[in-house]
Formats: sequence, C-alpha cells, structure tokens
Amino acid sequence: MSGNIHVFCEQRDGAIAKVSLELLGKARELAKELNCEVYGLLLGGEGIANCAQTLISYGADTVITVENEELYEYLTAPYAKALHEVIAKYEPEIVLFGATSIGRDLAPRVSAMCKTGLTADCTKLEIDAETGLLLMTRPAFGGNIMATIVCKNHRPEMATVRPGVMQALEADEKRSGKIISYQVTFGENERKVKILSVVKGEKKEVDICAAKVLVSGGRGMGSPERFDMLKELANALGGEVSASRAAVDAGWMPQSRQVGQTGKTVHPKLYIACGISGAIQHLAGMEESDYIVAINKDESAPIFDVADLGIVGDVGAIIPKLTEKINKTKEEV
Amino acid sequence: MKIVVCIKQVPDTTEVRLDPVKGTLIREGVPSIINPDDKAGLEAALRIREQAGGTVSVVSMGPPQADVALREALAMGADEAYLVTDRAFGGADTWATSYTIATAVKRIGFDLIICGRQAIDGDTAQVGPQIAQHLGLPQVSYVEGIESIENNKLVLRRQFEDRYHLVEVELPCLITTLGELYEPRYMSVAGVFDAYREKEVKKLTFADMEAELDVSNIGLKGSPTNVKASFTKQPKGKGEKYNTDADEAVEIIVSKLREKNLI
Repeated sequence: MSGNIHVFCEQRDGAIAKVSLELLGKARELAKELNCEVYGLLLGGEGIANCAQTLISYGADTVITVENEELYEYLTAPYAKALHEVIAKYEPEIVLFGATSIGRDLAPRVSAMCKTGLTADCTKLEIDAETGLLLMTRPAFGGNIMATIVCKNHRPEMATVRPGVMQALEADEKRSGKIISYQVTFGENERKVKILSVVKGEKKEVDICAAKVLVSGGRGMGSPERFDMLKELANALGGEVSASRAAVDAGWMPQSRQVGQTGKTVHPKLYIACGISGAIQHLAGMEESDYIVAINKDESAPIFDVADLGIVGDVGAIIPKLTEKINKTKEEV
Repeated sequence: MKIVVCIKQVPDTTEVRLDPVKGTLIREGVPSIINPDDKAGLEAALRIREQAGGTVSVVSMGPPQADVALREALAMGADEAYLVTDRAFGGADTWATSYTIATAVKRIGFDLIICGRQAIDGDTAQVGPQIAQHLGLPQVSYVEGIESIENNKLVLRRQFEDRYHLVEVELPCLITTLGELYEPRYMSVAGVFDAYREKEVKKLTFADMEAELDVSNIGLKGSPTNVKASFTKQPKGKGEKYNTDADEAVEIIVSKLREKNLI
C-alpha cells in the first residue's frame, strides 16, 4: 500500500487558488491508479478551515488544516515548517504544488528540508504502470524540449504544476470527507522575515486563462493601435485579447496577457492567432486550445502547423470584415 | 558586507532552434549569456556595494567554458570569481546542485547571497531556495525592489501575482532577484582589461572541497531526480490552410466557427 497524494492548497485572503482545484482533480485521477487517497493541505489564518469543504467538493478525501495567524499572509519559513511537519507525520507518496510565485518558493524549500527531489512546472503527470512511479513531464529550453523526470528512491515525489494545464473537476457539494486540524508552533527561526506592509494590485487583472475565446496578436499586427481591431473581434466573440511574447516585449500589450512558455498556458474553446508566427515558446502555451484559427501573411509560419484552420492573408484586411460579419450573424439569430 | 552572487551560464534560448530533421537542439552558433535574472542580481550586488561598502564575489557551477561568464561578471565590477567545476559534479539535479553550491558559498563566506529567480534554460527557480535551506538561512525570493539597507537589515519588495509584500530581513540571508529589478550595467573597457589581466577565476574542484562535501550528495548519483526521457514536442496534425482574399477568408472562418458551434 503506497502513501497518499497531498495537494498544497494555496489561498490568499481565504480564496483558494484555481490551480489548487485543478491539482485536486488531477490527484483524484492519479489516486485511482495508485489506489490511495487525496489529501488537501490547507494553511492559513484563523477561520481558514471554513474552506475545507470546498476542497472536498473538488476531490479531496481528507483535508488537513493548519490554522495560525502567522499563516494568514504567505511567508516562506512558517509555511515550510508547517508543511514539513505534516509531511513527516503523514508520509505522503506524492506532494503537488501549483507553480505560482508561492508554490515555486515553498516547494524547493520543503524539498530540501525533506531531502527529496522536486520537478518544476510540470505540464503532464502520469503513473508508470510498471513501477508505480510518478512520471513528471516538463518543458525546458524555453519549451523546445520536453523531459520526463522520475524520483526513484526519495519520498515524497514532489512536483509543481503550471496553472491552467490540469482540469478541475465539477464541484460536488454533496461529497463528504474528513477534516483534520493540525497545530503548529513557531519560534524565532520562523520570524526572521517580517512583513512591513501588503500592497494589493489596484485593479484585478484580466485572467486570460479563464477566457473561452482568445483573440491573440503578435508582431505581425505591426503596431499597438492595430490591437484595437483585435479588441473589437474579441468583443464580438465574447472573448479577451491576448498576445505573443514579441508583442509584449514591444510594449504593445501588458505581460499579464502574454501566452506562452514565459507567459500563461491557455486552453480556450477558440484561439485566433493574428500575425503570430508561432515560436515554440508561444505554441507551448496555446496548442491545447480546442480550435485554433491562424491568420498570417507568411505561408511558412510555424503557427500553421498547429492551426485547425489557417488563413494566409493580411490581418489588417481580414479582421475588421470578420468582426462585421460576426456581429451581423448575431443580429440574424 | 560580503555579498556572494550565484550566476549561471545559459544558452540564449530565444536563439535556440530545432533541427527539423533530427528534432534536436541546434547549439552551434547559439551565444552563451549570463542568465538574465542572475545578471540583475549581480547589478543589485554592485549597487549595494556602492552604497554600503564591502565586496562582491561571483560563483558559478558549470563546465570550464563558464569561465567566460565569470570574466564578464568581473568586467562588470565583481571583486572575485569562483568556478565550481568537476566531472564529479556533472549530471546534478537542483538538489545536488544547490548542495554543492551551498558548500562552495560557505567556504567563500557571506553576509548576503543573491541568486537570480530562475535560469532561462531550466526555468525551475529551485536552486536559490534550496541553497538557503542547506545553509539554514532565511530566504526572500521574487525580489522586484530593494528599498533600503540599514543596520544589517534589508527592506525588500517581494512580488506575487496579485500583490507585493514589503518585507524586512536581517543578514545573513538569501534573496532571489527578478530580471526587471535592475538593468545590468555594461562591462567597462578597464573592467574587461582587469578581468582578463589582473583578476583570476579561482577554480573549486571536488578535491578542493572534499573535506566539506558528502560524496553521496553530489553529481548524478547524489540527485534524487533523474531524466527518464527527453523528447521534442510533436506538433499536432495540420489542419486546413487557405490562401485567398479577405472576403472569402471571412466566409471560410465564419462557416467553420458555425460548424463548430463557436458562434
């Protein structure tokens, strides 16, 4: 009998990170193969245990809560200590984290504490049918190469997983599970870094990962003004505008809307790539989209290799007409 | 203040291309650079030295060619450079790498260790926090701003997706820096001259550190993780492609989107 699968469930101000729900869904799948249980690890300030049922409804069998005011805002040392204690006590086989700025800070610290391996930014997790090992696949070299990593002799097997890659289950409010409260005390060692202030982003950034339709522009758009036509097309389709790294580097679009290896991984129902040549690092972030339309002047652009529908042509001529036609189509209905 | 900056020499991945036939990386002619996040960290170290005094040491673990990256750091103004290099260290994953670098940094001595957040070839962001754990140091990663250095205390801006923390940390500690923290300075002509004529890159080999190293923790054998397989991504099957005028293109797109119930 192998140990269980633990998912570190990240929260800020009591809101569970979407990636944690995605990981619970993936963990359920893996747990079926390993014949084990899924544990959600929920650390936070007083009252965080109220979120435990949410984790159960998304697939956790058991939730371990660690409530402590020193865990309200994220700090490496207290979080790492609490997690290390839980791992030492419950001896999981696998521990998963979201590859967020919290997960990518916490997971390496904890892996060094546990003296075990950690694979970063995985895009695929599977169980090896023969050995039962976790196969952790991740991109490297800017998405040019994929590598499958195993951790044979050290436990737990640990991985961080890119947000937006795994699919969360539909929440099942009727699902029941166990909730365990775990207490931890902190000392001077955990208080060497002090938070002086917390400054939250002024406006909530658009989450392109959540959009059903993305109209994405690249260097081939030619100028920042021409992104307005993408905006209009996105509005007509009820979607959002995203961009390639080239367009972001040129300062035409904010980094928060960047798709690709160094940006976000998206899988909308419809992805329209406009004037995007399709560098590997861009394809890595969007090729799992359900339906991909590419419009590009260059017939040999690599984006056409992943597109379901490719149009060789001038974005400036096609897009306004497409927007007009779609708006007209909607009126007809 | 004694500042140690950990740097990595990486291929400029924006220049990396795939061999379309063999499906392997074409490394030939691809320039090697100092990893951008690390270079911003080095710039931070030089600025701290200008303000608070002290020395800046750079350390890199890698093959002998990494000498070039360390010379560049010296030319930018670092005081001394160490190359941790030995076949025995080869094939290390992040755990074994961080253990080896931590051992070297301990020998060099430090008040402040600066690492780049992540390297552009591996993108793991793991080595910095793991070095901190090996040395029992507090860590602040994702540093996007250094607000002040006074009385042995640093005040830093720590970035998250939706917020930042202003934190205070006492030395000794380890921080990891984002590339956008500072625009790195250029090498000066005198600096380049010094880097190749006056200064040296000191090598730290297995034999040099043997007394401090646990041999079961280094290189391929000391690595908890192994690469089971590596492969290039297969592009999914090509769809349909049309080369036509704008009006017909619009008709084609709309009819396809209708067919797929997307509009």
